[in-house]
Amino acid sequence: MNKINSIRKDWSLIETLIAEDRKILDIGCGDGGLMEQLENNRNAITHGIELNRDLAANAIARGFNVVHGNAELDLSQYSNNSFDYVILSQTLQAMMKPKDILSELLRIGSKAIVSFPNFGHWKIRLQLLISGKMPVTESLPYTWYDTPNIHFFTIKDFLNLCNEMNIVIEKSIGLTSKGKQFDISESVTGVNFFTHEAIFLLSYKNYEPIKIKSSKKVFAKNSVIAN
Amino acid sequence: MKTRFTTDTKLESEIAYFENINLKIESGDIIDSYKLAFKTYGKLNANKTNAILVCHALTGDQYVAGNNPITGREGWWSRMVGPNKPIDTNKFFVICSNVLGGCAGSTGPKELQNGSDVAYGGNFPSITIKDMVKAQSLLIESLNIEKLFSVIGGSMGAMQALQWAIDFPDKILNIIHIAGALKHSAQNIAFHEVGRQAIMSDPIWKNGKYFENNEVPERGLSVARMIAHITYLSENAMHRKFGRKLQSRDIISFGFDADFQVESYLRYQGKSFVERFDANSYLYLTRAMDYFDHDETFRKNIEFSHNPNNHLKYLIVSFTSDWLFPTMESKMIVNQLNSLSREVSFLEIDTDKGHDSFLLEEPQLDDVIKGFLTNNFAKIDE
Repeated sequence: MNKINSIRKDWSLIETLIAEDRKILDIGCGDGGLMEQLENNRNAITHGIELNRDLAANAIARGFNVVHGNAELDLSQYSNNSFDYVILSQTLQAMMKPKDILSELLRIGSKAIVSFPNFGHWKIRLQLLISGKMPVTESLPYTWYDTPNIHFFTIKDFLNLCNEMNIVIEKSIGLTSKGKQFDISESVTGVNFFTHEAIFLLSYKNYEPIKIKSSKKVFAKNSVIAN
Repeated sequence: MKTRFTTDTKLESEIAYFENINLKIESGDIIDSYKLAFKTYGKLNANKTNAILVCHALTGDQYVAGNNPITGREGWWSRMVGPNKPIDTNKFFVICSNVLGGCAGSTGPKELQNGSDVAYGGNFPSITIKDMVKAQSLLIESLNIEKLFSVIGGSMGAMQALQWAIDFPDKILNIIHIAGALKHSAQNIAFHEVGRQAIMSDPIWKNGKYFENNEVPERGLSVARMIAHITYLSENAMHRKFGRKLQSRDIISFGFDADFQVESYLRYQGKSFVERFDANSYLYLTRAMDYFDHDETFRKNIEFSHNPNNHLKYLIVSFTSDWLFPTMESKMIVNQLNSLSREVSFLEIDTDKGHDSFLLEEPQLDDVIKGFLTNNFAKIDE
């Protein structure tokens, strides 16, 4: 798969994870391609953030709500739970602080959708093993010195981080390098080896509201229990 | 409300008279009657959904497009507004009015006080951006337009657009806010104060009564303009345009003539400004900008307004080299709107032309304004 096709495939899978009539924030929205798709096919209300000036200008000129800015600096301005879904498509590996971003996604959104190229794919492992050089593949096409991707991680790493952060993986889809689609949770063995790209639907664990009874008032708190 | 319209044949602009209206302004004063000079471009459609109000900046006027009969030059935003321009008058009905306190035909310090043959001068009440917008809203009402599709402005015009969003959100669908801020900064107030001091220390100003002797405090007003003009440019733009080039000479004069091109340019700017702008108006309008402050109140106003404003769309634009209204100021607006998850778009355009960029050739500004208007209009026009 070339880069464009793989993004299209990525978008159509993201679409399958999203319910109708929802409010969505697309981080790194480019010129609004995914936003357009979700407005047309899911009747979504979309907002976007884009770092690249020209892409942001294109998206705005196409009529989308897009803020030209840096997600790593600007996400803090959004209120808790202000979106149904926050999407981070193929960008987590380019973030300075992926862990912070991940927790921001789930603070702003009820659910987060994260997709990324799997650094544990067999082609990458093989390239590094045989050539001894940093791998260059279709989904990670840059040489080490000019890549925007600064944090490489595998599916296993990502699963561990989610576990550590008490993040629930509601759905997970893997794609092989031929574009074949499978459910990551069902095929545990070899998944980290064959998944070329992965898409996750994430949320926080929901606990029952803790009710504290006093003589006059009932306090309710929907809290997340930390580790 | 009593209104009547006449056409000023001399200036080819309409004048709307609001008589015995008792406009209560923020200072507590009451303006019993006032008039606004305005121009319209294009045609209002049958459903009256295509009206756009363009708000002018500090020294602008109602002549946004076409020919300006006062200066004999093109309207101040004629590159943006007109047939097939980004704000397309084949499609939209564009209204631009001279602000309350201005000097291009609207009620302001140089106009006669109601029922007298003496100009207001320094007796004109201190007005604010909110007052200007209130006066404009009555104009829109008297044109029988219930809802404006858009309110667009740069600099002081952006302040008015933001004020529209705060005070009359139910009467507009979107605003385009260019090179503005939630508040006038200390630095900006400082520059305005220097300009005002230049005017008021001109002996001809005479406490604002210079018109009694048919005089104009030219020196003070032109110095005020020269200072202000510097703040509208950027160091890079000045360097690119003038560098240290000498004006009509090969060697320096060892005197205080305009040796340098930049001096000559500023002197020209000051001189030509005096011909078209009233010194008292300059005092009142700069003051109105100084008083503009929604730093603490904007978010609350939007969140808790009794007027529904959830439908409003915002396009906020800033320029990298604008040091008068820097990007940070625009981002504060975006920040507050995002925290309320409102529909906001923001773009910082990369240019070295400074604050004045919004008036100049900036293709990306044209593209986003045109696209924003066209696409959002298509949504309501379906």
